[in-house]
Amino acid sequence: MKRELTCIICPIGCSLEVEIEDGVVKSVKGNTCIRGKKYAETECTAPMRTVTTTMKCDDGSVVPVKTDAPIPKEKMFELMEIVNNSVAHLPISVGDVIIENVFGCNIVATKNM
Amino acid sequence: MYDVAIIGAGVVGGMIARELSRYNLRTVILEKENDVAMGATKANSAIVHAGFDAKVGSLKAKLNVKGSEMMEQVAKELGVKYKRNGSLVIGFSDEDLETIKELYERGTKNGVRDLAILDREQLREIEPNIGKKATCALHAPTGAIICPYELTVASIGNAMDNGAELITSFEVTSINRENGAYEICSKDQTVSARYVVNAAGVYSDAVAKMVGDDTFTVHPRRGEYILLDKECGTLVSHTIFRTPSKMGKGILVSPTVDGNLITGPTSVDMEDKTDKSTTAEGFAHVIKETAENVEGVPFGKTITSFCGLRAVGSTGDFIITSPLKGFVNAAGIESPGLSSAPAIAEYIVDILHESGLELHKNKDFNPTRRPMHHFREASIEEKNAIIAKDKSFGKIVCRCETVTEGEILEAIRTNPKPRDLDGVKRRTRSQMGRCQGGFCSPRIVELLSRELGIKYEEVTKFGGESVINFGKTKGGKG
Amino acid sequence: MTDLVIVGSGPAGMSAAIAAYEAGIRDILILERDNRLGGILGQCIHNGFGLHRFGEELTGPEYAWRYEEKVRAMNIPFKLGTMVLDISEDKVITATNEEDGIFQIKAKAIILAMGCRERSKGALNIAGTRPAGIFSAGTAQKFVNIEGYMPGKNVVILGSGDIGLIMARRMTLEGAKVHAVCELMPYSGGLARNIEQCLNDFGIPLKLSHTVVEIHGKERLTGVTIAKVDENRRPIPETKEYITCDTLLLSVGLIPENELSKSAGVSLDRVTSGAIVDQDRQTNIEGIYACGNVLHVHDLVDYVSEEAEIAGKSAAAYIRGEKAESISVGIKTDGKIRYTVPQKITQNKDVNVYFRVSDVFRNVTVAVYKNGEKVFTKKRPKVAPGEMESVKLSCEIFSDCNELEFRLEQN
Repeated sequence: MKRELTCIICPIGCSLEVEIEDGVVKSVKGNTCIRGKKYAETECTAPMRTVTTTMKCDDGSVVPVKTDAPIPKEKMFELMEIVNNSVAHLPISVGDVIIENVFGCNIVATKNM
Repeated sequence: MYDVAIIGAGVVGGMIARELSRYNLRTVILEKENDVAMGATKANSAIVHAGFDAKVGSLKAKLNVKGSEMMEQVAKELGVKYKRNGSLVIGFSDEDLETIKELYERGTKNGVRDLAILDREQLREIEPNIGKKATCALHAPTGAIICPYELTVASIGNAMDNGAELITSFEVTSINRENGAYEICSKDQTVSARYVVNAAGVYSDAVAKMVGDDTFTVHPRRGEYILLDKECGTLVSHTIFRTPSKMGKGILVSPTVDGNLITGPTSVDMEDKTDKSTTAEGFAHVIKETAENVEGVPFGKTITSFCGLRAVGSTGDFIITSPLKGFVNAAGIESPGLSSAPAIAEYIVDILHESGLELHKNKDFNPTRRPMHHFREASIEEKNAIIAKDKSFGKIVCRCETVTEGEILEAIRTNPKPRDLDGVKRRTRSQMGRCQGGFCSPRIVELLSRELGIKYEEVTKFGGESVINFGKTKGGKG
Repeated sequence: MTDLVIVGSGPAGMSAAIAAYEAGIRDILILERDNRLGGILGQCIHNGFGLHRFGEELTGPEYAWRYEEKVRAMNIPFKLGTMVLDISEDKVITATNEEDGIFQIKAKAIILAMGCRERSKGALNIAGTRPAGIFSAGTAQKFVNIEGYMPGKNVVILGSGDIGLIMARRMTLEGAKVHAVCELMPYSGGLARNIEQCLNDFGIPLKLSHTVVEIHGKERLTGVTIAKVDENRRPIPETKEYITCDTLLLSVGLIPENELSKSAGVSLDRVTSGAIVDQDRQTNIEGIYACGNVLHVHDLVDYVSEEAEIAGKSAAAYIRGEKAESISVGIKTDGKIRYTVPQKITQNKDVNVYFRVSDVFRNVTVAVYKNGEKVFTKKRPKVAPGEMESVKLSCEIFSDCNELEFRLEQN
């Protein structure tokens, strides 16, 4: 089976052509770097995404946060639910871990508050 | 019990309220919208007409010329920007020239001063960017420009400062006459007054019907406008009209007192009094005729477009009548309504007086109001003196029009107090520049929420359901 | 007298300040209108910044923080909440803030780094009503990411610029339903990766060659009518379609904010709407430089920083009174290449020339002509208006000519 993808690893956005057999990636064409190949492989087997969002703070404001690594794509809304039901305590510095170990990553702050 | 209730807080209602506040009277203005100046007052050409247009002997002619003569003084007292820039009616043919001569004759009979007919060269001398095909023009040096909602805010603010009251979100649903007084009801409030002035714009026929007066109707006539960036505000210095024809008055081009360029209006009779939508055909018409009037108007520099509904009366003239004692209509006030407003106000007060309203001078009446834009127009030294007292005047909120937080707070705290983003916009010019509120509206929402003591998500653009936000993120969980 | 005043503390302003500091200038003042450093990056909470610079994907606030830390470590002075009102041709800056009131500073050199603003609805002349619920994508971004409020539940987005795409995902994650992204052109103005991860991931349709023709709703927006457009970008009436929605976001282009540049007498490029500059990012006014989105709209912040460093370094040399041998070479473009930055070369040194194209072209060569002769070529498999391109020209190219021409040629 052939699949066409747009690489999301960097702003170049290479068009990738992936050959898949029995759920295993056989070949990747169109990538301009090794990360593109890797992206195609995970995207066709277990797609992952970094999630960025905001989280409410105890003073009512919101702090921007991100997952410190990509999480399974299908877990994005579940992760949002967890983040939305949590409260971050001020003061906060860039890089502070706000929630530990959700879907194999940490939720970290991306701004000083 | 009020002495006088005025229905409608447009420029006519506003000027009447101010006129009444010269006397010891309890006056109330009832307005169905969230703010004043929300009907035709908000969306028109912003022109003080010289008065050559109206039929000789009509109320329009009489009140226009008088109102136009009064306007400069009124504007000065109220601190409203006014500029006597003069107007030109340009012609493209011999037929147009004939019409221009008629306008000259009519204007002279109406009492308009200093009219002159210009030839091609004279026209270009005073307006170098005029359309290439224009061959002649009527010059009316007494024509002027003003900001209609600024005038209305100021006149109602001044009336309130002198004792008048304003009730917004009061949509009149019925009027009953009891023991020689009027009981005016909205869906949840009732106000009693001995005299009523009906200045309800496109709805003035409906209001008249509430007291059994069905002698006239008022229908809305759509007028679409395109407003251009200040960069274009000096393309012409006069207000440029086309020669009126069977097709109507056509599209005008004019600088505004704030330095923008306004073009429009279209003219389409409508049925729906609430339909203020613009149309693609309307825009095309405005753009086409504008290009004939003035060379090189760059519509790429459009800031906004809008539509106003003129209140067109069934008689062809202003309908200022008293169908029963103590009730006065100020209806069908279409163009030149803005120009006539100060004169209409005096005329209406005379009618009220004749029908028994006693007028005792209000000794404390103060005709002046601090200009809304006093900070903007101050010198750097004066500004710094103000900032030293209140540092919020040092902080810019609206970048495009350089409006400070102090000016916005002052507007929110000054009569008639704005309750929404558009109200703040009309008073301060914030959100009116090139980015149209893109940068500053979140901050103004915050200021309104704080000053009015309402939730952030309760702040609206112009009242009703026009909310800006639907609540907090995070699933609304605060 | 201050050596260097920088207007704006976004990525351009901070990078320029750091570069000038590293070049030995100490008397620097950054003026920032917001209440914190970082400019618009503060609300761009998504990742994708800094891959070129730092080899990792940062969010906007993190990228800004990398520079803010340096600015603070270097003790470069800055004033927050300070709006510049005017810049005169002789480099007197008038600004205002709460503490100082309205004040003036004379500068030896000025770097303009005010950024850009979004094109507003006004310029589009969309027919219909004027209800609440129409926002530029950046305004919605501020409401959601900074204020923590939801400006919409059912959303249509007009324009496929990157901020619009990013907001499609952002609003979706926060529980809104984004019904469609309409793009007037037959191609998107945003990055391919954003179409993938912001639209496709969530099943949001991208309707190319579509526009909004009418706005409905008297108080809050109740719907929009969209239509397909023909090759002249005119709506085709038979294709009209009504979409019920409460929010319309506009992502229809960015405009460099050059009101101050104009007041200083800086000549602007009609295509970029930014200043005309030389390789040092110096404008026609000696000692006034421009960089970042106020000069021309960038897609990547990394290039903003790079450009700002050139401006910072050059301003430092100017302040020290260094003068290089001067030449004068203009750059002309063929229309397929819409513009270049810099637009002129005044010193004989290697220069990276940035440019944008007017349409999507495949298998092309960027060719540079000197006196009618092709002196440089670079092959590109695909170029698109949404993606800035660059070529590196070595100094020999600039000798013996007063104009170079950039052309895009089909292979």
